[in-house]
Amino acid sequence: MQHNYTQDTLVGLFVASGIAALFFMAMQISNLGSLQAKETYTIIAEFENSGGLKVKAPVVVGGVKIGRVSAINLDQKNFRSVVKMAIDPEYNQLPDDSSASIFTSGLLGEKYVNLAPGGSDTTLKNGSKLEITQSAVVLEELIGQFLFKDKGAPDKK
Amino acid sequence: MIIHSLTQLGIITRYRFAKLGRASFFLIETLTGLLEVLPRPYLLIKQLYSVGVLSFLIITISGLFVGMVLALQGYYTLSDFGAEEVLGQMVATGLVRELGPVVSALLFAGRAGSALTAEIGLMKATEQLSGMEMMAVDPIRRIISPRFWAGFISMPLLAALFSSIGVLGGDMVGVGLLGVDKGSYWSQMQTNLDIYNDILNGVIKSIVFGFAISWIALFEGYDCEPTSEGVSRATTRTVVTTSLTILGLDFILTALMFGD
Repeated sequence: MQHNYTQDTLVGLFVASGIAALFFMAMQISNLGSLQAKETYTIIAEFENSGGLKVKAPVVVGGVKIGRVSAINLDQKNFRSVVKMAIDPEYNQLPDDSSASIFTSGLLGEKYVNLAPGGSDTTLKNGSKLEITQSAVVLEELIGQFLFKDKGAPDKK
Repeated sequence: MIIHSLTQLGIITRYRFAKLGRASFFLIETLTGLLEVLPRPYLLIKQLYSVGVLSFLIITISGLFVGMVLALQGYYTLSDFGAEEVLGQMVATGLVRELGPVVSALLFAGRAGSALTAEIGLMKATEQLSGMEMMAVDPIRRIISPRFWAGFISMPLLAALFSSIGVLGGDMVGVGLLGVDKGSYWSQMQTNLDIYNDILNGVIKSIVFGFAISWIALFEGYDCEPTSEGVSRATTRTVVTTSLTILGLDFILTALMFGD
């Protein structure tokens, strides 16, 4: 059988473009590119209720994303939810009296953690814990409060 | 009358199972034929050309248009809710998870699968396969196996090309024509698509489809009646069977992968 070099070249180009497309999907379309094992440091916040917050949700300061939620667990002693956040080490000047709140982007959007910087001179380090937190707003609770207030239920303010 | 129809039913059932049995033996021989193909890569390259390279154009053009239409349709619905910025996520999820593997598999079955059946069927009808057997060359290892592996390799590559070009087509229409912000198109896509959950599962789907298409198309050709009528019937059966198999397998795979 004779070798046909044009055919070989075309097959080579085809396989190469297919593999390039696979790489393109992995790097550009999915989150692999932004997940590239960057060194991060972890800070912890305890929330009364982290309703709807998911792992990998963004952590934001002043609208700029500085990290991701890396784990959400339940503290078995006081039944609060413990949220661990992996923060980009580039942002290492966060005051340690910053407060964390869970917000929703848009009415139906996903939940994210917003850090509001405090005024302290010491900064957050790996493993630091945020003392001031504000829970997620649960829509059902809001509606419930609204309904009970309307009826003047005595056990609700 | 009743006895007759019962007999017919029995004959059909036996025929089907016998065919499945033949197909299984055929598959085993084809798979072990890899040992014959590996020392002769030119056999594989020739088939990669006719199965993969010649399908390249139809797959990329279809991918481009599917991505463009997805962006257009998605934009009109999403803009009602003021959620245009998730367009990229919508287009990419649809393409990578479902449309990429399934549509490219359907196109591949029509473009390459039918050609494989017709080629093998005609070889059988003109007694080329028996001729090879007379020369002590195993036609399954020499003729069928390279075609099978070429289809198996080409399918995931073609599906990846389809999805990638579709996403770029969605970018062209969404960002270029409809004025969605380019940054949010790509960043929504990147934050919400997972490498394992979305990309890898789509690739697994296309590998399974490539396996099924090559198997069915080659077996139908190999098993056809060696007449011109038989070849034409086998080609029709290939297109019908592969299309239905792709859609059925897609349902099963989706249920398994994205069920959680």
